[in-house]
Amino acid sequence: MPGEVILKAENLVKYYPIQAGVLRRTVGQVKAVDGVSFELHKGETLGIVGESGCGKSTLGRMLMRLEEPTGGKLTFNGVDVYSQRGAAMRRLRRDIQIVFQDPYTSLNPRKTVGDIIGEPFEIHPDAVPKGGRRRRVQELLDLVGLNPEHINRYPHQFSGGQRQRIGIARGVALNPKVLICDEPVSALDVSVQAQVVNLLEKLQDELGLAYVFIAHDLSVVRHISDRVGVMYLGKMVELGDEDQIYSRPTHPYTQALLSAVPVPDPTLRNTRRQIVLSGDVPSPANPPSGCRFHTRCFKAQARCSTDDPALVLRPDGEGAHESACHFAEARAVI
Amino acid sequence: MTDSTDSATFLASPAGDAALVTGMDQSVKGQSVWASAWGELRRMPLFWTAAVLIVIFVVMAAFPSLFTNKDPDFADLRLAREKPDGNAWFGYDSQGYDVYARTIYGARSSILVGIFATAFTLVFGSLVGIVSGYFGGWVDALLSRLGDIFFAIPLLLGGILVLYTFPSNLETPYLVVVLKVVGALAILGWPNIARLMRSSVLQVKPNDYVQAARALGATPGRIIVSHILPNSLAPVIVVSTINLGAFIATEATLSFLGIGLQPPAISWGLAISDASGIGLIRVAPHMLLFPALFLSLTVLAFIMLGDAVRDALDPKFR
Repeated sequence: MPGEVILKAENLVKYYPIQAGVLRRTVGQVKAVDGVSFELHKGETLGIVGESGCGKSTLGRMLMRLEEPTGGKLTFNGVDVYSQRGAAMRRLRRDIQIVFQDPYTSLNPRKTVGDIIGEPFEIHPDAVPKGGRRRRVQELLDLVGLNPEHINRYPHQFSGGQRQRIGIARGVALNPKVLICDEPVSALDVSVQAQVVNLLEKLQDELGLAYVFIAHDLSVVRHISDRVGVMYLGKMVELGDEDQIYSRPTHPYTQALLSAVPVPDPTLRNTRRQIVLSGDVPSPANPPSGCRFHTRCFKAQARCSTDDPALVLRPDGEGAHESACHFAEARAVI
Repeated sequence: MTDSTDSATFLASPAGDAALVTGMDQSVKGQSVWASAWGELRRMPLFWTAAVLIVIFVVMAAFPSLFTNKDPDFADLRLAREKPDGNAWFGYDSQGYDVYARTIYGARSSILVGIFATAFTLVFGSLVGIVSGYFGGWVDALLSRLGDIFFAIPLLLGGILVLYTFPSNLETPYLVVVLKVVGALAILGWPNIARLMRSSVLQVKPNDYVQAARALGATPGRIIVSHILPNSLAPVIVVSTINLGAFIATEATLSFLGIGLQPPAISWGLAISDASGIGLIRVAPHMLLFPALFLSLTVLAFIMLGDAVRDALDPKFR
């Protein structure tokens, strides 16, 4: 089903300077995102997974240009996003929107739902003719499964799941082509998570959206994603379609991550082997040489600490998908 | 929507930026933050109590002759320190002036000093605080260090410095003297508000709704007016209303030191410092009681107003 490429990231890099002393000299850099490339096709969902601090949220903010990049190139429909200025950038923002993780801080507590969802139309007055805005806001409320009559209510009068729906309505108000979902369900109860994920899938079908779905919950990502990228310490270590990543992972980090997914069937509990990694994630201010994962990898050899493996197609038994490991080898863990 | 027109007109005044308001769609807006705050205020007894008191004091300051037909400048030494009676409700002071008349006429200076000094510090301090908090970097460093310089000077000492540098004499017009006192208090008072505003802006800025507005392509002006300002104003309003009382009291102290308002000017501050002599408090407590009572009521009224406005701006209290 891959359609045309709508969003293309090439070697995105974001370093945060570490400053010290009275003169605020730069003494080092936190390498939050260090050379991430991928393509997003029209109408597909790309899941990005990884543990806390691996740079997935920073990546999401870079795709929105909420962070200025240290390096790299981002093209949307052939337009270079990072070189746009002023009105051109504002126009571009209509096509890429975001849904935030925390529904309690993503809505202005002093504005009504109507004001919050209507704000995109005030910033882009040409999106909807003046007289029709209130009706459009009510249509959006209806679209995300909220009562259109609640347009004058305030965010604190809604539950977490309902608030997240308001955030989604604001995100899709301008009919974007790409929606960045930065852990949109991780702050919600499990039962509500399912509702919100289903809503996102419904919106994708109706509006033809492409999603970049950032999460740390592997099951949710598997449910919604067409393709999945796995991140570790600012780098993409494996990228493939849902089946390739979940059934035939070739990168040891992906295998370890998947082996930690809880299995809801107690009879199966002892039949599979968990891969337990030792140690913690190294500091992104001082990442390991060579392969960044070699300090915790069960397959590491001398070569891993000197050669940085590229994210290229490597055989996975049935075919090949992109993986960044010198010793890539498919292994079923779920 | 019958109320959308009146909410839009109300919105125009506090937002203060016509360019931002004209682009807004009334039918989507329904009610702006400020308009719904006003709708809320109208239903608060606290607000009306404060408003009635403030109106009384402002009318007293503007037209003192409505409240008394006595001449505040007429003194009869034979009546000095007489207790209150039917003829003089608040008694006489140590010069034989009628305390009631002087308390009424004293409202003008005190209220002018209090309101002007508060208004100036609130507007200027908030502006500096928002700019340095929102834009950060070298702008913040510059403005914050500038504020620190003024912050380091004690209010009273700085007041003495300013008022000695620009001395007044008997020929100086009344309003100029008042404005000099206001200037001294405002120059030394704004960093307090600026710091407070800066810290609340820093608290509000990282919230996702500010990021969402940026992601939508909102301009900094729009983000400040519709997201940052309404969410960071509450502490500043509360502190400003408390400052108002402090300014009136400092004006009294400056007058007591002989550099603020001077006789024959009449002010609560002057009256309180006149009445505060050690022996006098015992012999003629009414001299202190009545001007102090009026001062306290004024401060109380503004504090209540500040509380009401703060609550009205926060939808969670509804």
